[in-house]
Amino acid sequence: MLNSSVKDLAAGLAQKKFSSVELTKAFLSRIGALNGKFNAFITVDAEKSLAQARAADARIATGQAQPLTGIPVAHKDIFVARDWLTTCGSKILSNFVSPYDAHVIERFNAAGAVLLGKTNMDEFAMGSSSESSFYGPVRNPWNADCVPGGSSGGSAAAIAARMAPAATGTDTGGSIRQPAALSGICGLKPTYGLVSRYGMVAFASSLDQGGPFAKSAEDLALLLNVMADYDERDSTSIERPREDYTHDLERPLSGLRVGVPNEHFGGGLDADVGAAVEAALAQLEKLGAKRVPIELPNSGLSVPAYYVIAPAEASSNLSRFDGVRYGYRAKDYADLADMYKRTRAEGFGAEVRRRILIGTYVLSHGYYDAYYLKAQRIRRLIANDFVEAFKRCDVVVGPTSPTVAFKIGAKTSDPVQMYLNDIYTIPANLAGLPAASIPCGFGAGGLPVGLHLVGNYFAEAKLLNVAHQYQKATDWHRREPAGLQ
Amino acid sequence: MPLTPEEVRAIAELARIGISDAEARTMQAELNKIFELIGRMQKVDTEGIAPMTHAQGVALRLRPDKVTEPDQRERFLKLAPQNEAGLYLVPKVIE
Repeated sequence: MLNSSVKDLAAGLAQKKFSSVELTKAFLSRIGALNGKFNAFITVDAEKSLAQARAADARIATGQAQPLTGIPVAHKDIFVARDWLTTCGSKILSNFVSPYDAHVIERFNAAGAVLLGKTNMDEFAMGSSSESSFYGPVRNPWNADCVPGGSSGGSAAAIAARMAPAATGTDTGGSIRQPAALSGICGLKPTYGLVSRYGMVAFASSLDQGGPFAKSAEDLALLLNVMADYDERDSTSIERPREDYTHDLERPLSGLRVGVPNEHFGGGLDADVGAAVEAALAQLEKLGAKRVPIELPNSGLSVPAYYVIAPAEASSNLSRFDGVRYGYRAKDYADLADMYKRTRAEGFGAEVRRRILIGTYVLSHGYYDAYYLKAQRIRRLIANDFVEAFKRCDVVVGPTSPTVAFKIGAKTSDPVQMYLNDIYTIPANLAGLPAASIPCGFGAGGLPVGLHLVGNYFAEAKLLNVAHQYQKATDWHRREPAGLQ
Repeated sequence: MPLTPEEVRAIAELARIGISDAEARTMQAELNKIFELIGRMQKVDTEGIAPMTHAQGVALRLRPDKVTEPDQRERFLKLAPQNEAGLYLVPKVIE
């Protein structure tokens, strides 16, 4: 069961080969055995999960099952879930038991899925290694001395170690795709606006987007079918006809135009990653795709623009954490201003404080035009690069991350080095485009390499089609870390 | 232009985050490296380029001015570090 796809588990439930209670217990026991080593989960609550599993079994028995009924799904601890501790990886929310459900949680509940637990993450999703969590770093199941990527590293590690068959994450600058790549699994960041942000703790609202993690593209499609939904409580949610993301999976790739951006194969890309991505491109050509050289000339400006826009929005979003209405409050303080300052100094970790300060500065009087407005203009240039690219190709393909997973502690002392992990993923967030990462081989130290696929707006089905056809011809996505018993 | 430790303390004050002198010096070095990275933007000519505020360029929706939320006052108040008589408690602001 632990190694099966969501699709196979759903079939097993439908054929009564096992019950949701048995399935949920199997994953809970796997979590019990391995979470001490990998620290992928912040909260597990067997009683709550099993109650949902029993309800799912009852629903299956009456023939009212939907595709995900009875399937255990782990959720990043950024999605609030009613009566569940929801920390966002931070001390400042270390006592926050949510009074309501995020839209994404409501959707999974309505589908009859089982909430398997809340996964560990970089504090407030700010990071690329899952080391900045107040609850300790997540470790990579392929090598416990390495990071799993971030910020949704707990979700990625949970699937890589077979502690969950599926999970959710959020992606502001690469936080689904980069951990998927570094942990050897699949992840999808949908088009901005496709998945509701209601109940998803806000980091940078114009970039944040929730999405699924799984072992295969086919499973991602099943999860996205549940997650993608119009929601009037999210002011940027997009109203469009419902789509079945599995409908295009079997389309052959003959004639597909694969755009390969020069800029993503230059200096800074490790040779082992480059070789695995080249082999994947050759495989796509073998499947009938045509390789088209494209240019994303402003790609190099995406990291600088991102580190203005994301911290600016974060400094505004995180002003709500003041120790008054919920969350942590400092013990000793002289007056109200002192209470705010101590609460926030003690409640936020170093990276979060750094980003709040960057954001406060770039939005302060006299600097707005030079930083925020400038970054928004550059954002347009980056989005325009993709408009040009998609005139010549159907999907943009390259590496997800310039390196394989790095050692825990290797980049924590140099924020700029950490930021450069997301150099290939950030452009899709700035442009609002859908993008995925799927496993495409192994690099140095036997660590996984991710293939990055970017599509045009609302081309999720196309991305999943390309990924599924690639996965029918290869078995990288079926590999699992050795020695996890 | 590089930030001074005094400027870092002033920004922290605006952000309502307490900071010690030692922390301000560490933060100053880190922020200056980050602003060096950000500074690469300044070389680009963006004259005449419209700022992009939102990926889809959609306008915010309007909704009818109707009550849609149920009253959950007690439930929400319970989450507060301190509350009394249906109010959030904070240190006295006016003597």
